[in-house]
Amino acid sequence: KYLFSINSALGDQAYVWNENEMFLFRATLAFAMRTYSDGQEYDVANVVVCDETPRVSFWFVVTSPLDASLLVDKRRVEEAVRKSRSRINSAFLLTDDTLEFIGIPPTLEAPVAPDTPPWLIAFGVVMGGVGAGIVVLLVSSVKRDGEEETGGKTENEAASDAIYNMSFSDDEPVTQM
Amino acid sequence: MKLKLPNPELDDRIPSYRDLERMEKEEAGDRPKWDNKAQYLLTCVGFCVGLGNVWRFPYLCQSHGGGAFMIPFLTLLVLEGIPLVHLEFAIGQRLRKGNVAVWSSIHPYLTGVGIASLLVSFLVGMYYNTIMAWIMWYLFNSFQSPLPWSQCPLNANRTGVVEECARSSTTDYFWYRETLNTSAAIDEFGGPQWWIVLTLLAAWTVLYVCCIRGIETTGKAVYVTSTLPYVVLTIFLIRGLTLKGSIEGIKFLFTPDINELMNPTAWLDAGAQVFYSFSLAFGGLVSFSSYNSIHNNCEQDAVLISIINGCTSVYSATVIYSIIGFRATQNFDDCTADNILKLMNTFNYPENMITENNYNEVLSNLNQTNPDIIQGLQLQTCDIQVFLSQGVEGTGLAFIVFTEAIIKMPISPLWAILFFAMLFCLGLSTMFGNIEGVVVPLQDLNVLPRTWPKEVLCALTCLISLAFGLIFSLSSGSYWLALFDNFAGSIPLLVIGFCEMFAVMYIYGVDRFNKDIEFMIGHKPNMFWQVTWRFVSPLIMVVILVFYFITQISKNPTYLVWDQEAESFPTLTRRPYPSWVYIIIFILAGIPSLAVPVVALYKFNQRKCCKQKDYSDSTLDTISAKIQRSDEIKF
Repeated sequence: KYLFSINSALGDQAYVWNENEMFLFRATLAFAMRTYSDGQEYDVANVVVCDETPRVSFWFVVTSPLDASLLVDKRRVEEAVRKSRSRINSAFLLTDDTLEFIGIPPTLEAPVAPDTPPWLIAFGVVMGGVGAGIVVLLVSSVKRDGEEETGGKTENEAASDAIYNMSFSDDEPVTQM
Repeated sequence: MKLKLPNPELDDRIPSYRDLERMEKEEAGDRPKWDNKAQYLLTCVGFCVGLGNVWRFPYLCQSHGGGAFMIPFLTLLVLEGIPLVHLEFAIGQRLRKGNVAVWSSIHPYLTGVGIASLLVSFLVGMYYNTIMAWIMWYLFNSFQSPLPWSQCPLNANRTGVVEECARSSTTDYFWYRETLNTSAAIDEFGGPQWWIVLTLLAAWTVLYVCCIRGIETTGKAVYVTSTLPYVVLTIFLIRGLTLKGSIEGIKFLFTPDINELMNPTAWLDAGAQVFYSFSLAFGGLVSFSSYNSIHNNCEQDAVLISIINGCTSVYSATVIYSIIGFRATQNFDDCTADNILKLMNTFNYPENMITENNYNEVLSNLNQTNPDIIQGLQLQTCDIQVFLSQGVEGTGLAFIVFTEAIIKMPISPLWAILFFAMLFCLGLSTMFGNIEGVVVPLQDLNVLPRTWPKEVLCALTCLISLAFGLIFSLSSGSYWLALFDNFAGSIPLLVIGFCEMFAVMYIYGVDRFNKDIEFMIGHKPNMFWQVTWRFVSPLIMVVILVFYFITQISKNPTYLVWDQEAESFPTLTRRPYPSWVYIIIFILAGIPSLAVPVVALYKFNQRKCCKQKDYSDSTLDTISAKIQRSDEIKF
């Protein structure tokens, strides 16, 4: 059974379902049977449609081209449809969601998995930048400390003298005794 | 009522006004200084404005009566938040020391307050930076299209999607399985997840490079980290308002329910939110304001920062809920469309016969004519209120709900990058304050020899936090984080905050404090400050602390797990903690809180036994000793 959801797929550009569209459908199905089944010359007449509804859904069966009263096995039809699904979909400008075939789940496409996960690349970039930043800052720190040491030595000596002076004031509580 | 506890020798420990003026003129170089006022304000704003403003406040606002929640929030902001912030700014600016040194200057027995702040900052920093690691993981994963959380992976034989993902949702699966690889209980430890370890490493190294030289480097970083969130919020607001359903979200957020004001939980939650939102009692604010010049107007700064913090909360709530409204409307539309499709397929109606508008009528007609078929279809009830109230706080908001909204927007990777960059900046600027609250007290306590540069101390702090933080990279890591969040970052802070207020008002002395502020900014603090500092704010904190304590003690602590076997899957199941967790809870909440009295007792003992020694020492300071000393000096 096939279900068409034309309007939801195409909105304003939806086409009206009519006999010609049905003809196209039967033709695509015949194409699918020819290419992916046993290679016999299936024709539009071999695809029989019944129970059409305004929903645009219908049942269909495929008859063998050699004998019109013989129905082709369901499994072979399903296999042919599954293999040519994308061709049938694109003939009607629809997708797996909007052109539903009850009984044949679409073969899911695996999500594309790149060789290096993209997040590792971003991680590498950030770590590289941060690492460079740390190195630059540490080196400039060391340089700055080195300059201070050599340049400001006399000031330090004066400062330590001042500390020594303060020790005299510690004596005051003692002398007050 | 002027209670003042005796505090002799206070003047010996703190710089006098003359010393302060002299230091100001001579610019005594060993204390770092802010380059300009903007840096200081941006740093404080960054510290206060954090992830809580984005993912805790909107939820509280919506669940406690929407627009009506503004009343308790603003009231408590004015009565509790602003006074505490002013207090911390003023005391830091006056005493010009790091957090531990400030409290030990006020009284040596109060060193415990500073140490408690240090412990809390350390514990909170550990788990907060793990959230940063998760944000970085999502940020790194946003540089691809389609986004990895928009698709379920296929199962082994390629017939369908992985079961866990099919039963929940793509964003749930990406968060619980591909990010956390979570186990089903806190005692199922699992091993460290290598990708989380890597992002943890990234988070700590980024933090290190920004904090490496203290405010010299963070002061530059805040120009970006404190301003970017506002830019992104505005972009999202504009984007959000153009999306369908955003107004629904904003209406849902702000619809006032005055009855909620009668509910005491609303007031308690508002008080707790104000307290934690201002990052009080971490020691960071005291430290930051100690780098200011002595006559900086701290009163103005406190009011300004508080207003900015409050406004940011409301602004981000609006933005978040506009996007949530969009997501809810999308989900509602999808749900309805699903139902319509089912009906159309079953009854073979042509398309466009059933639309969203007439769906309800058609359904009720069909229910009357063919009730059994309708039953068999198992149509979902689509309720937009349900969608609006789903999972909208904490990590669930950012990593599940918001990510779902993002994949429904066109150009998803751009919005994902913007959103996670914003969260990253919000968290990073808060971490600056945290690190300040850990590294500077460690410096004051002379944990490392003074000759060692600050860079080394900062590196050690980051390394040790990273090492301990590896617990959050286990399979059960998110449960550990929730544990830390509930207990380390709650009760101890309230205790410390209360002790700070008490110490400044009654041990330092409210008169002295008033005079200090008059010296610094030129006028005495007015009646509002007096009343709030002395009575209102401490009272509010005690009330919140007592209620918090009671609610924690009265019920068995529980936590939410992601358990595939559970009935309520994919909703999280609530389980009680195993009994050994109580020890951990005690360590997290008890040890910092108990540090205050324990250190006080220790210092008391030390003084008692050393007082006798001092006495005997001073008698030995006789003339012969003096001669010896002066001999040393000469030669």
